[in-house]
Amino acid sequence: MIQEAVSFTPQFAVAPVTKILWLIPAAPMVAAGVIALLKQPQRRTAAWLAIGSLSFSLLLSLMAFAHVVGGWAAHHAVRETVNFTWMQVGAANIALGWILDPLTAIMLVMVSFVGLLIFIYSVGYMAHDENYTRFFCFLALFAGAMLGVVVSNSLLLLFMNWEIVGLTSYLLIGFWYQKPAAAAAAKKAFMTTRVGDVFFFLGMVWLSAQSGTLLFYNHGSGALEGLALTGLLAQHAALGLTAAGAIGLLIFAGAMGKSGQVPLHVWLPDAMEGPTPVSALIHAATMVAAGVFLVARVYPLMQDGAAAGGTTTALIVVTWVGAITAVFAALIAIAQNDIKRILAYSTVSQLGYMMAGLGIGGVALGMFHLITHAFFKSLLFLGAGSVIHGCHEEQDVRRMGGLRKAMPITFGIYAIAMLALCGVPIFFSGFWSKDAIIDAAQRWNSSVVPYYLMLFGAVLTAFYMTRQVSYVFFGKWRGHQPAHESGKIMLWPMAILAFFCVALGIIGTPAWPWFDAFLGNQAAHLQMGAFASSEFLMMLLSATVVVLAGIGVAWWLYGNKSPAAGEPDALEKATPWIWAGLRDRLYVDELYGATVLAFYEWWGRVSDWFDRRVWGGAVAVVAWLFSLWAELNRFLDEQWVNGGFDKGCEELSNGGGLLSEVENGRVQIYLRILALAVVALAILLIWSSRA
Amino acid sequence: MNGIHILTLLTVLPLIGAVIALFAGKHARGVAMITALFCLVVSLLIWVRLPAGGGIGMVERVAWAPSIGFEYYLGVDALGALMLVLSAIVTLMSVDASHRVHHQPGLYYCFVLALESFLFGSFTALNFFHWFLFWELSLIPAFFLIKLWGGPRRGPAATQFLIYTMAGSVALLVAFLAVFLSTGSMDFIQLTAMAQSGALEQAITAHLGPVSLWLAIGVLAGFAVKVPIIPFHTWLPATYSEAPSPVTMLLTGAMSKMGVYGLLRIALPIFGVQIAEMRAPLLVLAVATVVLGAWAAVAQKDLKRIFAYSSVNHLGYCLLAIFALAVPVYGVAGHTNQAAALNGVILQMFNHGITAAALFWFVAMIQLRTGGIRGLNDFGGLRKPAPVLAGLMGIVLFSSLGLPGLNNFVSEFLIFRGSFPLNWVAASVSVLGLLITAAVILNVIQKVFSGPTPERWASFPDLHHSERLALAPIIGIMLLIGLVPQLLLSTINPTVVNLLAHWRF
Repeated sequence: MIQEAVSFTPQFAVAPVTKILWLIPAAPMVAAGVIALLKQPQRRTAAWLAIGSLSFSLLLSLMAFAHVVGGWAAHHAVRETVNFTWMQVGAANIALGWILDPLTAIMLVMVSFVGLLIFIYSVGYMAHDENYTRFFCFLALFAGAMLGVVVSNSLLLLFMNWEIVGLTSYLLIGFWYQKPAAAAAAKKAFMTTRVGDVFFFLGMVWLSAQSGTLLFYNHGSGALEGLALTGLLAQHAALGLTAAGAIGLLIFAGAMGKSGQVPLHVWLPDAMEGPTPVSALIHAATMVAAGVFLVARVYPLMQDGAAAGGTTTALIVVTWVGAITAVFAALIAIAQNDIKRILAYSTVSQLGYMMAGLGIGGVALGMFHLITHAFFKSLLFLGAGSVIHGCHEEQDVRRMGGLRKAMPITFGIYAIAMLALCGVPIFFSGFWSKDAIIDAAQRWNSSVVPYYLMLFGAVLTAFYMTRQVSYVFFGKWRGHQPAHESGKIMLWPMAILAFFCVALGIIGTPAWPWFDAFLGNQAAHLQMGAFASSEFLMMLLSATVVVLAGIGVAWWLYGNKSPAAGEPDALEKATPWIWAGLRDRLYVDELYGATVLAFYEWWGRVSDWFDRRVWGGAVAVVAWLFSLWAELNRFLDEQWVNGGFDKGCEELSNGGGLLSEVENGRVQIYLRILALAVVALAILLIWSSRA
Repeated sequence: MNGIHILTLLTVLPLIGAVIALFAGKHARGVAMITALFCLVVSLLIWVRLPAGGGIGMVERVAWAPSIGFEYYLGVDALGALMLVLSAIVTLMSVDASHRVHHQPGLYYCFVLALESFLFGSFTALNFFHWFLFWELSLIPAFFLIKLWGGPRRGPAATQFLIYTMAGSVALLVAFLAVFLSTGSMDFIQLTAMAQSGALEQAITAHLGPVSLWLAIGVLAGFAVKVPIIPFHTWLPATYSEAPSPVTMLLTGAMSKMGVYGLLRIALPIFGVQIAEMRAPLLVLAVATVVLGAWAAVAQKDLKRIFAYSSVNHLGYCLLAIFALAVPVYGVAGHTNQAAALNGVILQMFNHGITAAALFWFVAMIQLRTGGIRGLNDFGGLRKPAPVLAGLMGIVLFSSLGLPGLNNFVSEFLIFRGSFPLNWVAASVSVLGLLITAAVILNVIQKVFSGPTPERWASFPDLHHSERLALAPIIGIMLLIGLVPQLLLSTINPTVVNLLAHWRF
């Protein structure tokens, strides 16, 4: 990597485009609000509103991006913020705000661009759905909230958008609400991510209490800079963590939920119950990557004062979680038969790479894979959608086959995305982003195990993708009705994404590490010599071996001879035990069902029982004692006192009797107690006033 | 004193309406509606004309029986005024929801309006005797509303409600008599000042011995039942589920706030030191209320019981913040934490009132269409025949879940923002409540609105226009507070600062 001694000057002056940056998330949100008021038949209006608003956001995002790139070219570290007071408590302000810096600029363009393509694709994909307008309403709300996450300059505002993103994910997974599986998957997604979110919430209130602000940057007084950060680093929490590291890890728990990191990954495969454009946009390209973005955003906390590339407890945790997730999910992906579930586990695995990249090498390493992955994985999903559409809503790869003839364009595009995911060297963006992470892991000074884990994961990735492509596009057609190619409105967005699956690699090569330099506020220079360095050649070699191994073994097992429906899989014949374990997702869901969920339900019943029997029983006993005492009292009253007081009580209860059908003797007793109390009060008061 | 006795006017207004409604026959509903609207307007007038400094305003003070400490002494700050507005809104909602009352409507609306008047009275009183009168009086209409118009097991439920609350009141009364005997005062403001200077404890010790802690427990007992604090809550699920839904709206929306209000107006100012002494066990109870309240909802099969327990959980957050802030603090950060917690409590009282009342309103609408059926497992796929009902109830359910952008998130954030630094263990355990509440609410959505639509609900009628129109402002309030909380906080915060300046822990 080329580092030059060009010092970047900070740029805080707020440009006009930054002043209106809030319009980027606001436009789709407003569109969502308007669409919500439309009637079901106004389909075209709904689609146009959604697409129009997101086009507007894309335009503004490009302007913002151009502004930041312009600043970068002039050696300015652009970090422009606009903050405002949202609430006032005591003497303190709770402020929100938005920010424009390189990280935001890149994410804005990616989210609005990929989002727009998927919106357009959805026009074709959802054409026959009766709830078309509602679909675009939720989709636009999602886009707005996701863009809101990206522009937030306050952890609180980010959290708020983050939860709205979670809501839209919930609504869209359960879009076909009449399917019980979809409704269950939606709930599971929301709850699993909320487990992470409550830790995130705690981290947020802690950060707010500790540093007095939730703004990230505010001319030196934000939580991630200056005195506030120094204070967080100086404060010791527990387990050898500083307050910064502990808060960072709590926030990371939220990121684990959204980004499907083990052990909170269980919701993401089930989320495939949603319509395929949703899987492409939310559960592949953007929302699930929001966790990675969040970690990148609060990186100064995770970094815990260490220098770039240094290891801290928080970063070590992030790396291990990522590396384990990368392998764990890739293993399960091998034995899945649903075309979208294979991709879902693949997404989980790739998110693991991104997290590990953040943990090992810093913001740029993880973020670059986030961007390239967004393109090729959303393309894979759109391709899968095209296949599902062409095969009459069939999702089981065992009932497909030979589709390269029936759907040649889809096949070509899918192949590009698949090669990008496998990380085929030089020509595909996935190589540049993923192998850079693996390469950096080799030199990580904490442990080499993550390196081997991720290397193994890369073999598995090539393997399961080749298996999937063989099942779907090669061999003989095993379905019922003949398949057909999809329409232009679906193919065009795919073609554009395919172009970027290849082209994006250019901005992240060792010879011209523009992406790295841009995010890190450094100058980038073209230096072809980097391609001849031994480091790069070793990386190229290992990547080639890995990809060839994965593709080769899979092709040897599955190529052109995928088993027909009902026949066992090639691996199943060889190792039925391992196969069964992987097919059943390594029993994580069963484990949770038997432990956490069982406890939750059991404790709910215990709480209810406790309420009814123990507390209720205690109350009954006390009530019984009281009525006993009251009965005694009445007896004494009637037998001994027999005065006007008793009569007064009689009248009181008669009044009650007139008003209602009060026949419950007990009530009269209670009214009597009340009367007694009042009289006692009066006597006491009179006595005391005399004294 | 102002030229117009606006607080007295507000309290008397519903009483006049109540008398008219009693004799209005079939026009009773209209009378109640107009009266409730008038009350809302007056309460809003009070809200906008609060004194800027956050202190007590619109004071009315007339000697009543000065020799024995009785005074007609009214006044409100933002805390009281917000409760007036809330009571007025909830009463209006409740009257609108009471379509189904065909049996003696005159008497029904008479009780509803009387209850509103007593609520107003208790939220404006600044003298114990006066306050206690309204506190007890409010039980009477509530009791008869449950007893006469409730569900099949209304008898025992109404009785339990009455005795339980009254048992708490007796403890409260005895404790306050002791205070009066020691100090000769029933004036909240004066007693607060005495508590702050330490004179109160001295006086009590001089007259009665070292019993301050016991008196504090007595006062707390009264409020513990009303809020309720687990384990003094067992009256609540039965009462909320057996009361007719519009009455449940009043109970949970407005009456449950009397307890929290009492903690803030009476218990903390006068017995702050004693509460701070008992802070640890009280926090345990608060956390139990948050977590067990939510958890008990898991096993319920009746929508009303589910929302009843969820109500316990939501007020539990208020308790968490109230007991967490009962500790001496130092420095700017400490005061900010206290202020955040107290702002959160007051806003949460309002938010919970609106949201919980709206939830029971939806139950009322569902029951109207099903002839009373409201079991969790009796439905399914209702979203298909009734998309608008599903959408609007969804918004309210998510408000209850604490979704950002809607009202409850703001107050829950403030409560945790304040409580976490004051007692991080209690706050950390309490987030479990956020998780379980979410599970419970999503389960309701799944069971009621998703899945295949059974044959019997295929023609389930959706909300008609008048219902949508009535709900729109409520949902508007939820969004407005969720997005621009400063609208209310700008008025609440000065009162919070003012209250905290007079409390001693």
